[in-house]
Amino acid sequence: MTLPWLILIPFLGGLLCWLAERFGQALPRWIALAAMGLLLALGLWLWTQGDYSLAPHPGDPQAWALELRYPWIARLGIDLHLALDGLSLLMVVLTGLLGVLSVLCSWSEIQHHVGFFHLNLLWILGGVVGVFLAMDLFLFFFFWEMMLVPMYFLIALWGHSQTSRKTRITAATKFFIYTQASGLLMLIAILGLVLVHYLNTGRVTFDYAQLLVTDMPPGTEYLLMLGFFVAFAVKFPIVPFHSWLPDAHAQAPTAGSVDLAGILLKTAAYGMIRFALPLFPNASAEFAPIAMALGLIGIFYGALLSFAQSDIKRLVAYSSISHMGFVLIGIYSGSQLALQGAIVLMLAHGISAAALFILCGQLYERLHTRDMTQMGGLWKRIAWLPALSLFFAVASLGLPGTGNFIGEFLVLFGAFARQPWVVVIATTGLVLSSVYSLAMVHRAYYGPSRSDTPLAGLNAREAGMVLSLVVLLVLLGIYPQPVLDTSLASMQGVQQWLGAALSPLLSAGSAP
Amino acid sequence: MNLTLPHFIALLPLLITGATAILVMLLIAWQRIHRIAYLASLLGLVLALLSLIPALEVAPLEITTLMRVDRLGLFYSALVLIATLACVTLAHAYLGRKPGEGGFPGNREELYLLMLLSASGAIVLVTSQHLASLFIGLELLSVPVYGLVGYAFFHRQSLEAALKYLVLSAAGSAFLLFGMALLYAEAGSLEFIGIGLSMGTFGSAPLVEVGIAMLLVGLGFKLSLVPFHLWTPDVYQGAPAPVAAFLATTSKIAVFAVVLRLYQMSPATYGGWLTPVLSVIAIASILIGNLLALNQSNLKRLLGYSSIAHFGYLLIALIATDGLATEAVAVYLAAYLLSTLGAFGVVSLMSSPFKGRDADALFEYRGLFWRRPYLTAVLTVMMLSLAGIPLTSGFIGKFYVLIAGVQAQLWTLVIVLVVGSAIGLYYYLRVMVTLYLVEPGMKRRDPPINWPQRAGGIMLLAIAVLSFVLGVYPQPLLVLAQAAGF
Repeated sequence: MTLPWLILIPFLGGLLCWLAERFGQALPRWIALAAMGLLLALGLWLWTQGDYSLAPHPGDPQAWALELRYPWIARLGIDLHLALDGLSLLMVVLTGLLGVLSVLCSWSEIQHHVGFFHLNLLWILGGVVGVFLAMDLFLFFFFWEMMLVPMYFLIALWGHSQTSRKTRITAATKFFIYTQASGLLMLIAILGLVLVHYLNTGRVTFDYAQLLVTDMPPGTEYLLMLGFFVAFAVKFPIVPFHSWLPDAHAQAPTAGSVDLAGILLKTAAYGMIRFALPLFPNASAEFAPIAMALGLIGIFYGALLSFAQSDIKRLVAYSSISHMGFVLIGIYSGSQLALQGAIVLMLAHGISAAALFILCGQLYERLHTRDMTQMGGLWKRIAWLPALSLFFAVASLGLPGTGNFIGEFLVLFGAFARQPWVVVIATTGLVLSSVYSLAMVHRAYYGPSRSDTPLAGLNAREAGMVLSLVVLLVLLGIYPQPVLDTSLASMQGVQQWLGAALSPLLSAGSAP
Repeated sequence: MNLTLPHFIALLPLLITGATAILVMLLIAWQRIHRIAYLASLLGLVLALLSLIPALEVAPLEITTLMRVDRLGLFYSALVLIATLACVTLAHAYLGRKPGEGGFPGNREELYLLMLLSASGAIVLVTSQHLASLFIGLELLSVPVYGLVGYAFFHRQSLEAALKYLVLSAAGSAFLLFGMALLYAEAGSLEFIGIGLSMGTFGSAPLVEVGIAMLLVGLGFKLSLVPFHLWTPDVYQGAPAPVAAFLATTSKIAVFAVVLRLYQMSPATYGGWLTPVLSVIAIASILIGNLLALNQSNLKRLLGYSSIAHFGYLLIALIATDGLATEAVAVYLAAYLLSTLGAFGVVSLMSSPFKGRDADALFEYRGLFWRRPYLTAVLTVMMLSLAGIPLTSGFIGKFYVLIAGVQAQLWTLVIVLVVGSAIGLYYYLRVMVTLYLVEPGMKRRDPPINWPQRAGGIMLLAIAVLSFVLGVYPQPLLVLAQAAGF
């Protein structure tokens, strides 16, 4: 019975935070911290307890480490179906971790309406956990849309605006409309899939396992796959659909950026791995070259635009687009190794992007600007912070010894056998990522200083947050085996679905 | 035909509503006591709602050729009665105390009388299966509304709205009558089924097509579908807030219910041109309604435009005809009822007791959350529900319409729905975020602090909770809607 608690803890915690606001500013923070700590602890406990060699495979009966199912909307065959396998577990643990961090990093940043802020923060995380656990397509969509509203509030009410208050509301609305409209396309695709299944079998169901075996004509499959793909592409974000991301990041409070980059983008990657590929293997195999091309475009486009930014948060935001390009290539390459790499990269990027955004937030609290032309020479003025930024900057350019390196390496290595050219081009993208990462460090921390007055160093809370992320990222870089073991079974399943569909395509391509 | 006991039982909701109207009229004639008129109306409406239960036992039943009391009719009667009940409680809060003590300066009791009359018209309408009873019901529904819209007649806007509605609605009725006459000339019957049969056997004739087109114009006016929507924003803005709520819910739901019955019982699709025309109307209503709402700074006008778009969505389910379409209409209308009542309810309470003009400018709602958190939570839920976001009943409604559209493979319409709701999000979110923004020097105009202890407040909270609960666990509503088929 732990599964519903994973979702309920954030929701109930959020409500408590709201109610606790009348007893002072500090109480909601502690409640939120406790709730997130509990979520993280529960996730870790499940990790040590469970056996994650079980995961859905094509052909086999569905196997989950933990499962829960109640009838919900019987009229339409919708169940309250939650299940956990290694992939979900890793994502839930990441959510718990970043949840704790986002509560901590807003400790001094958020000073008004603390209770309501934490209500929104925790509800986002509850929705995200729901997305990672839902095994009923309706339920999945339900959670998918549910996390938008609190995120909207977070950006619109506690965000920063450079010029007037208009901008943050515009950014929040843009985020909402992009994701909601694309989400409705996915809903149509879900309904189409259910309809096809109904016409085949005469049974209305939204259950993942049953829909997995739906037979459909190739044209239909391709269209439905596109419906899913567009929804995930917006959140991913894949390049033509990305324009909400820099705006949302630039205006969001630190905790919002941490959640957005750290976990909300991961829900899209998760959705592709869990739903888009297994439900539509043939169409996905056919689509894979386009998807990988989009990934390549994302890598270069994100890197180039990142280099051109003067706002430090926008720089990190564009770098996320670039990194997610690698994840996309890993997902669609059809190699198990690359898929595993994509998982590690997702975790590593979650940690490193979160850390960079936290550092940006700390910088902003001291300088009250995010404009890098106003910075320079900060190394002398702040203790610790520049060094830590340097670490995460080089981590995000893929320095060996950090999780990002493992992820990128596995993706490139795994994809090389089948897609050598994609890998060759993607590798040159790595050069660009070192350019923008180092440029960021150079512009902000080195060079001539604007003033000589020292700024406050990091306090224990701030240093503790970032240092723990350093430790985790290095651990992931040096010993990623537990993560790989946990996700292995899930990735094998996905690889078999896609691989089976890919191999005839490849052999047809190579045959004379 | 002899009327027997079951017939009277089937007619109970109508009879009780009508009798209450007469009772309230007599009470007013005897002595004007606001409280008694209000309580009598409430009691009558509750009894009418309860009488649906025995009526269900005898349904389906034909009462002469005019009316057919079946599950469909009873379901929509229930919606109409609930809407009226809610509007009556809102009106009570809105009218306030005696003229001298702050409140509505004119006579207050007749408002209930008019609402009851209109509600009995709505019940006739949803159970009619004959063009004559359709017309009687429609007029009984609309004529009291003229009075209601102009109830605050000492205000120019209210009076203007009443005149506008009177003229346009009368024009709509004229079209409707002419259309009926043409249909009768060709089909020789006024029964829905009879018309369908005759068209099935003899095919379509030019007169029939013109007749159907005129019916479409007349009913389109009442539903404010594009291009017959021009009156909507002005009338919504001018009418007192509880009346606007009544107009947006009771009146529209009843008309749509009869359109559904007409469309399904006398398949007018033989001509072949009706579906494309309806599709174009649906697309135009969705796009134009949503686009015009984008820049509104008046909440009542905004809701008016949004209701145009919502009836565009509903038309998709109507066009889909088979499969889950009837259910989709029922679920969507129930969800629409809740969210519209809630949204107008908040406007009513904000404007209560009557202080001259209604609190309908968006800036008056700025930062409301930090002063009246629960009232704001209600309005937030309603906006999310109107936008169709999960956890609210509006999402279930939209979900059902999408199912109906996908099932009938109306891909263009389904895509337009997606585009429309993306546009719609923009203004719903704008309203929502306004509630939470704090600005120094805000203009304060708030409902009394004890608003949740009044009947209107309790009703509003109940609606919000219901909207949330049905959004999370919609099974009961879906079962009801399934039973409300033909």
